[in-house]
Amino acid sequence: MSRRLGGASWVRLWGLIYKEGLQILRDPSSISIAFVLPIVLLILFGYGVSLDTDHVPVAVVIQNPTTDTASFMASLQDSRYFSVTRLQDRRTAQHELLAGTVNAVVVLKSDFSRRLWSSTGAPIQVIVNGTDANTARIISGYLDGAWQNWLNQRALEEGRTLTPPVAAEQRVWFNAEVRSRNFLVPGLIAIIMTLIGALLTAMVVAREWERGTMEALLVSPVRIGEILLGKLIPYFLLGMGGMAIATFMAVFLFDIPFRGSFVVLTAVSALFMLTALGMGLLISTVARTQFVAGQIAIIVAFLPAFILSGFVFDISSMPLVIRVLTHIVPARYFVSSLQTLFLAGDIWPIILVNSGALVLMATIFLGLTLRKTHKSLE
Amino acid sequence: MWGRIRALIVKEFLAVWKDKKSRTVIIVPPLIQLLVFGYAATFDVHHVATAIYNEDSGLASRQLIARFAGSPSFDVVSHLSREADIRKVIDPKQASLVIHIGPTFSRDLIAHHPAKVQFIVDGRESNTALIILGYAQRIVAAFNNEWLKDHSQPLPPAQLVVRSWFNPNLESQWFIVPGIVALLTLVVTTVVTALSVAREREVGTFEQLLVTPFRPFEIMIGKSVPAMIIGFIEGTIIIAVGVFWFGVPLRGNLALLYAGLFLYILAVIGVGLMISSISRTQQQAILGTFLFIVPAVILSGFATPIANMPQSIQYLTLANPMRYFLIIVRGIFLEGLPAHLVYGLLWPMAVIAVVTLSSASWLFRRRLG
Repeated sequence: MSRRLGGASWVRLWGLIYKEGLQILRDPSSISIAFVLPIVLLILFGYGVSLDTDHVPVAVVIQNPTTDTASFMASLQDSRYFSVTRLQDRRTAQHELLAGTVNAVVVLKSDFSRRLWSSTGAPIQVIVNGTDANTARIISGYLDGAWQNWLNQRALEEGRTLTPPVAAEQRVWFNAEVRSRNFLVPGLIAIIMTLIGALLTAMVVAREWERGTMEALLVSPVRIGEILLGKLIPYFLLGMGGMAIATFMAVFLFDIPFRGSFVVLTAVSALFMLTALGMGLLISTVARTQFVAGQIAIIVAFLPAFILSGFVFDISSMPLVIRVLTHIVPARYFVSSLQTLFLAGDIWPIILVNSGALVLMATIFLGLTLRKTHKSLE
Repeated sequence: MWGRIRALIVKEFLAVWKDKKSRTVIIVPPLIQLLVFGYAATFDVHHVATAIYNEDSGLASRQLIARFAGSPSFDVVSHLSREADIRKVIDPKQASLVIHIGPTFSRDLIAHHPAKVQFIVDGRESNTALIILGYAQRIVAAFNNEWLKDHSQPLPPAQLVVRSWFNPNLESQWFIVPGIVALLTLVVTTVVTALSVAREREVGTFEQLLVTPFRPFEIMIGKSVPAMIIGFIEGTIIIAVGVFWFGVPLRGNLALLYAGLFLYILAVIGVGLMISSISRTQQQAILGTFLFIVPAVILSGFATPIANMPQSIQYLTLANPMRYFLIIVRGIFLEGLPAHLVYGLLWPMAVIAVVTLSSASWLFRRRLG
């Protein structure tokens, strides 16, 4: 049998694509992975996943109410970041902290007002529930802000302005309101395309191996290249469709800015789709059963795309070994391009490097699949 | 009857165990995931790539910069000389933070005008951006306090003294690793139960099972018990790795943790069996598993707090068994959660388990009938 792709028959290829297309249309679960899942995932992530904390429940214990404690309390209540409850004593407050009904306890001791006028100043004791370290950090940042506001206001009331020696000014580029949705939703496109390209394809092709229809195809006059192309093209189109839906929803439903160009987005997505398809095909050729293929696809494609891609967790904060490991996760390059395309624009140094990596990976995966499929014929 | 069920349980175990590939799939990947995710899933921020654009020639600006260079949170990677260079380092992510100090910084500081320093942060990763700004503010505050002290000016009348309980160094790992107990138990248990019936149906052995004297109820038990045992073993291994490898403190009552684990797995098995009985092929079962696992994980508080979600979605999370088990497992690990608080989380899981298991058995009987 000739290995040349050059001798491919378009009629045979079209026949295969047609057959695959029918199979997709007939199985409701394929259609749902391609079209329903992206929508469900986007809605879930767009609304359900947020790192933006506000209305943090905080308990305030005031041991000796004075005008000073009242003004501090008021500054907490004025902040949209807190929802404040006043509690009688420390013990109840600590109990609430353990029960999870409040995330932080602020204690103003009985000598608070007196010590305000002393040289050392009065301590404002804060206990944060550190179990969720990230939220704890954000809450203590907010409390910092409320405390600063209170100091400024006091100074104003006393007829002076509080001038800190150094005043910091902040500029957050690309995402001025620091909305976590703006960086999560673009990355989600990578997850959706991984699902379609790697998981769905791995399952579908593994099913053919399992049922023996793959062997039947292999002994027919159809060439290996044609079989693989016949698998690639329909799922490629399905994946790009999922991408289009996701982008449309990101821009029009979630108001994510899109500052790059759609041509670049399409090109980058097509590259990633080929890589994901290559992974899916390779997995199915190695696994041969749907159960194993599904499991492998989840473990080597889906979960890394989720955790090791920079989609939620920042790669630069990971330990060195893991950072090195992320370089073999295709989604990493795509997520980075997506976040840049959506929020920053066509920044070529980033896009070209990422695309180069994807080209390399797609070639490796597809090449390996071609070789593996050949071998299994013997 | 029990002898029959036992035989069925043994058969189910063998079905998973005898196949080398599916055996490996159940043992190896969860362990790899545990290690990788235990290290990778972190919101902590260290070694922020920082670029400095200092137009000031005074000593004070250099002292402020020295504080950043000396902090483990920041790595100074470059010094810029032109405003236009800021874009050149932020755009291609060479730096996540640029510290811009204007030409009048030292002069303003001595003249008691507020000396301005500008922090420019890459907002593409919003959480990291927030944390970087928090760290930078803290360094400025420490600089200010020392400057006031050195120049014998009055300090602010009140100081915040923040302590964090249960996790004094605010390590994300202590939060994530116990969460992985819930995550991997969920994944493994759902997959094992969801695929069990679908696989038999596809291969055709399910019809054979149906002509045996087994009642649907018994088949269900036969499918549940192995999943329960596998879930328990996986859970135990992860708990042990969490304690002995990652060094996460285990402060609470282990028996309560296992009570939680039992009800949690029971609730998840119910869902897995529901998926199994409505799907005709393994592909559909995998899809069903996905449509359950992904929302269950996202709406559980595993990575992002439930409190940040819109109210309507928060109500939805009440039906999610993982939500309760996450609070239990984190509470028992870090907070030494007392029994009466654990009970308050156990009964919702018990209710969910009853609902999912009885729906599963209803679906089962309907599909068989």
